[in-house]
Amino acid sequence: MADATETFYSVIRRQGITRRSFHKFCSVTAASLGLGSLTASSIAQALETKPRVPVIWLHGLECTCCSESFIRSGHPLIKDALLSMISLDYDDTIMAAAGHQAEAILEETRAKYKGRYVLAVEGNPPLKEGGMFCIDGGKPFVEKLRSMAEEAMAVIAWGTCASWGCVQAAKPNPTGAAPIDKVLTNKPIIKVPGCPPIAEIMSGLVTFIITFGKLPELDRQGRPSMFYSERIHDKCYRRSHFDAGQFVEAWDDTYARKGYCLYKMGCKGPTTYNACSAVRWNGGVSFPIQSGHGCLGCSEDGFWDKGSFYDRLTTIKQFGIEENADKIGMAAAGVVGLTVAAHAAVTAVNRWTHNPDRAADKGKPS
Amino acid sequence: MAVQTPNGFSLDRSGRRIVIDPLTRIEGHLRVEANLDSDNVIRNAVSSGTMWRGIEVILRGRDPRDAWAFTERICGVCTGTHALASVRAVENALGITIPENANSIRNIMQLCLLVHDHLVHFYHLHALDWVDVVSALNADPKSTSALAQSISPWPLSSPGYFRDFQIRLNKFFGSGQLGPFKHGYWGHPAYKLPPEANLMAVAHYMEALDFQKEIVKIQAIYGGKNPHPNWLVGGVPCAINIDGIGAVGAINMERLNIVSSIVARSIEFVEQVYLPDIAAICSFYKDWLHGGGLSSKSVMSYGDIPENANDCSAKSLKLPRGVILNGNLKEILPIDHGDPEQIQEFVAHSWYKYPSDCGGLHPWDGITEPSFELGPEFKGSKTDIKELDEGSKYSWIKAPRWRGHAVEVGPLARYIIGYAQGKAEFKDPAERLLKGLNLPLTALFSTLGRTAARALECQWAAHQMRYFQDKLVVQLRSGNTATADVSRWDPESWRKEAKGYGFTEAPRGALGHWIKIKDAKIDNYQCVVPTTWNGSPRDSKGNIGAFEASLIGTPMADPQRPLEILRTIHSFDPCLACSTHVMSPEGQEMASVKVR
Repeated sequence: MADATETFYSVIRRQGITRRSFHKFCSVTAASLGLGSLTASSIAQALETKPRVPVIWLHGLECTCCSESFIRSGHPLIKDALLSMISLDYDDTIMAAAGHQAEAILEETRAKYKGRYVLAVEGNPPLKEGGMFCIDGGKPFVEKLRSMAEEAMAVIAWGTCASWGCVQAAKPNPTGAAPIDKVLTNKPIIKVPGCPPIAEIMSGLVTFIITFGKLPELDRQGRPSMFYSERIHDKCYRRSHFDAGQFVEAWDDTYARKGYCLYKMGCKGPTTYNACSAVRWNGGVSFPIQSGHGCLGCSEDGFWDKGSFYDRLTTIKQFGIEENADKIGMAAAGVVGLTVAAHAAVTAVNRWTHNPDRAADKGKPS
Repeated sequence: MAVQTPNGFSLDRSGRRIVIDPLTRIEGHLRVEANLDSDNVIRNAVSSGTMWRGIEVILRGRDPRDAWAFTERICGVCTGTHALASVRAVENALGITIPENANSIRNIMQLCLLVHDHLVHFYHLHALDWVDVVSALNADPKSTSALAQSISPWPLSSPGYFRDFQIRLNKFFGSGQLGPFKHGYWGHPAYKLPPEANLMAVAHYMEALDFQKEIVKIQAIYGGKNPHPNWLVGGVPCAINIDGIGAVGAINMERLNIVSSIVARSIEFVEQVYLPDIAAICSFYKDWLHGGGLSSKSVMSYGDIPENANDCSAKSLKLPRGVILNGNLKEILPIDHGDPEQIQEFVAHSWYKYPSDCGGLHPWDGITEPSFELGPEFKGSKTDIKELDEGSKYSWIKAPRWRGHAVEVGPLARYIIGYAQGKAEFKDPAERLLKGLNLPLTALFSTLGRTAARALECQWAAHQMRYFQDKLVVQLRSGNTATADVSRWDPESWRKEAKGYGFTEAPRGALGHWIKIKDAKIDNYQCVVPTTWNGSPRDSKGNIGAFEASLIGTPMADPQRPLEILRTIHSFDPCLACSTHVMSPEGQEMASVKVR
């Protein structure tokens, strides 16, 4: 009974779920990940034969927004993920055990599941003051992080803290907070940036790994290409207003009430790689732009140190249309024909500058 | 060996010392140590915040209109509440007013947080201190159903429902992979629920996990996402357009309907699941009334949820405002956030240093210079702490005091003050609950009271969401759709120098932000947060804070498995990322920090 060879399939069959329902579940999962029907059978095959993957979820300097986001997942439901898909053996935010009973789980996992568990890291280690700006079990958090990474199969960097450093690493970074790839250098690290990342992208990544038994394709910065290869701007439902030169000029103005483009209010959508405009948030209810505020660029490296969130993107060369956008805005007030012409030019420039195949690699603002 | 603290507690550190680190099921990193006498009763308690991030120094020199986004990232559990305190602080400093609709929407956002956070706290961070998951496997589903139906009309209560759920639970435990339930204190003698109540509660743990993600959709509608929705100095970012051209790109009828429907479902869940569960659990634990700590002595609430925009007077605030000292419920003392004599922070036992350790500093004038040192009695090494020395510095949390008094903040503090003020919406539900359990008023001053007050407040907040959503619609009907005042958006319109404060009641208690602005940039910024009050270490006079006070006198059934300590500390809903970020408003650039 203590042997961990239980498979997802055997668990749900014993729960009285029919084989037919099981395959239906696999199809829905495939669809929710944006995968074709062919992959549904791979999902079924994987879940029939694999034990639940042990997951160790550590917390460094952070705000716990990533955990909060994770439990918002609608498909799969986190209840089902916890009971039937993964074995979340350590996560100090929700685990029943505390103190030495909790610490013991880490050692047990290292020994029993050597090379077979996933290490998920939320937050990051501070490196100043001997690491003691984040103390865990009386010791620097960075020690626990290094120790658990040694025997892990793979490491997931949840959110912008673990991926890039986030708010505590913003200038002047008083604690020396560092993204985890600064201290873990010999393991594959999957970066899932965002403050926090979208729930279904987090659960989608976990489901992908247990389903296909491999890590997803990553871009040069270590992010899953399936979720981070396009900009917010590329899939934004207000893009047509950008292209038409129709911009919000002030908060709550006539144009804000018509849902015009938020570029002039500082929206960082044009330089931010994330899935918010495609997947949306909280079960698809909205995303920042849909609710009237520009994108903060929260999945980008160093987004706290790129000027005010309300500064227009004028210094970023790859965007390259800052003067045009002003002119377009003025033109939109009167001369429709000019607007359309300018729009066409801008779009053409963008297409030329951003070959979609290479966008994720070259589009990083410097 | 016993020492008497000025705030009335007797401490004795001569007995056996136990250590809990990490103290799990909280936000952030917390360590608790305690000394037990020969009867295993806690005679000394030490609470140490073990993380520090320094967000305020990071804010220095930045655009005040951006501060909400930085401070929001102080905490992702009480997401948005720091942002609210921040926009209020900036508006207070710069004399910016907001439209009525913005006030209603902000209230709905904050109330949504209260409902969500209280529910998730109870089921997912606290319930396992009262509920034995393994015992649920022995329950009779039929009796469980009878129990559930006797306390609530909630439809998911048939014998078949509980049987199916129990089968699933059985298979889960049978797999040997216990996930988050691994190494829990199952079978501990301090668990008192019968198997049937345990099964019902574990089923509701899972239902609450499913439902909580629905509640926050309200924040997503108005703020674009959750966690970490978007806010705006001068109002709210979401524009309203009910039936004009382009309404589909703004808050419109469809959006309002989503909010309205979720409000209705939230009220239903809280009243048919959360409250009945709390009453049932209280009925089995009413002999365990430990953990009162400071609550019967000194409590504080800043108040929140203004009825009218731009009016934060006690009269306008729907959550109670004031301070009670020394258990005198007859006198509610007024709070002034700008008075340098009232709110002060001390660092005698915190890993910071002042020019002189004796004095306290008001947040506008605070100094924070890290000073990590461990004292002569500590055991271990500097990077492997075995036992802390509470006679010296021992926490990354400062010690805030109101006129020198340590106070408890949070839902219980709010209910005690509301009760003392005779406000029916707080007094009546509390009395009903006590009467149903046949308990006196003094039973409120306990761990159980803290947990029950949170549930009552969750119900109050769910109904207030309805109230402000209706109020918003009334405004819209009259043609007022304004959501932001941009007359002072441009920094050119600001005074050269300004200072202000903003406050709110976070789920965990009183939260204040203080800001100084110079030449359109943040000159300094300070937050004093709920867990800084509750989790505070000792001050220079030796007063202990709420966490430590609440543990004194509690008997432990099995010190190796410190369930009673978890239960009481969890009842405060600690948020350590909030409490331990404090940084210098004078902006020391940390040159004094030694890098190894």
